[in-house]
Amino acid sequence: MTPSGLEQSTAFTVIWWVVAAMSVIAATLVVRLKDVLRAALALVGVFISVVFLFFMLNAELLAVAQLLIYGGAISILIIFAVLLTRDVHEGSPSNALQVPAFLLSAGLLAVMTFVINNTDWKLLSAARLAPAAQERAAEVFANSTPWLAGLLMRQFVLPFEVASVLLLAAVIGALALLREE
Amino acid sequence: MVGLQHFLTLGAVIFAIGFFGAVTKRNLVVVLMCIELMFNAVNIVVVAMSRYLVPLAMQRAPDSTDAAVAQTLLTGQVFAVFVITVAAAEVALALGIVIAIYRTRRTADTNELKLMSR
Repeated sequence: MTPSGLEQSTAFTVIWWVVAAMSVIAATLVVRLKDVLRAALALVGVFISVVFLFFMLNAELLAVAQLLIYGGAISILIIFAVLLTRDVHEGSPSNALQVPAFLLSAGLLAVMTFVINNTDWKLLSAARLAPAAQERAAEVFANSTPWLAGLLMRQFVLPFEVASVLLLAAVIGALALLREE
Repeated sequence: MVGLQHFLTLGAVIFAIGFFGAVTKRNLVVVLMCIELMFNAVNIVVVAMSRYLVPLAMQRAPDSTDAAVAQTLLTGQVFAVFVITVAAAEVALALGIVIAIYRTRRTADTNELKLMSR
């Protein structure tokens, strides 16, 4: 069941294909571009198209978090690293493994596509739920942020707290690595 | 009509591209960028699964309108929150390591870095 008829609409389909094409093209550019800085900008393109995908999946909080953390912080960090370690003449060369790696990733993609298309997914739209339960599910997706907060603060509160310790450890570790002796 | 399979296939394509790049690229920063691609592909997949699939708690209690059952629909989004957190920590540390290596050895090329080979 869908919260609205939005997902059946032609506009949703058209926007999905545009965003999907954008993300795949940008991802290919990350791997193919010779200039590392341009590859980093293409990576930002992938991050932004994932923001659109999250909005289309009713994950508003994640879409905003993706925009702030990936589109903002991580891309700035990566661009800084590109500028600090830049070898203009070297660019972004590939090693000798290009052919076996291509075959391996193509095989991986083939296996994943096979699994995706041959699994018997227990779809929400095909589930035999009571009408009240269906309404409840629609309500969860129509207003996902408070529900996500509730889940994060009750059932997943221990991993949530451990994640903060992980971030603190990462910050201290990065500082310790880069400190001048 | 776009469904679960479309999102999963898109995630698989981006994951495969990121895997190819992470294995073949010689610049350490580009390898990191490809790992970020793989993280994003996984995030698309878990959020799409959370949107389209019935969680086990709902399959077991199809009549329940309990909030504890309904909120399990968003478990995939919680997974994505943790993936984003771990990715942020990973980028901060890994870029620190890349810059430390570049400072001491004047290179960020994976072919030049063979401290562990004899």
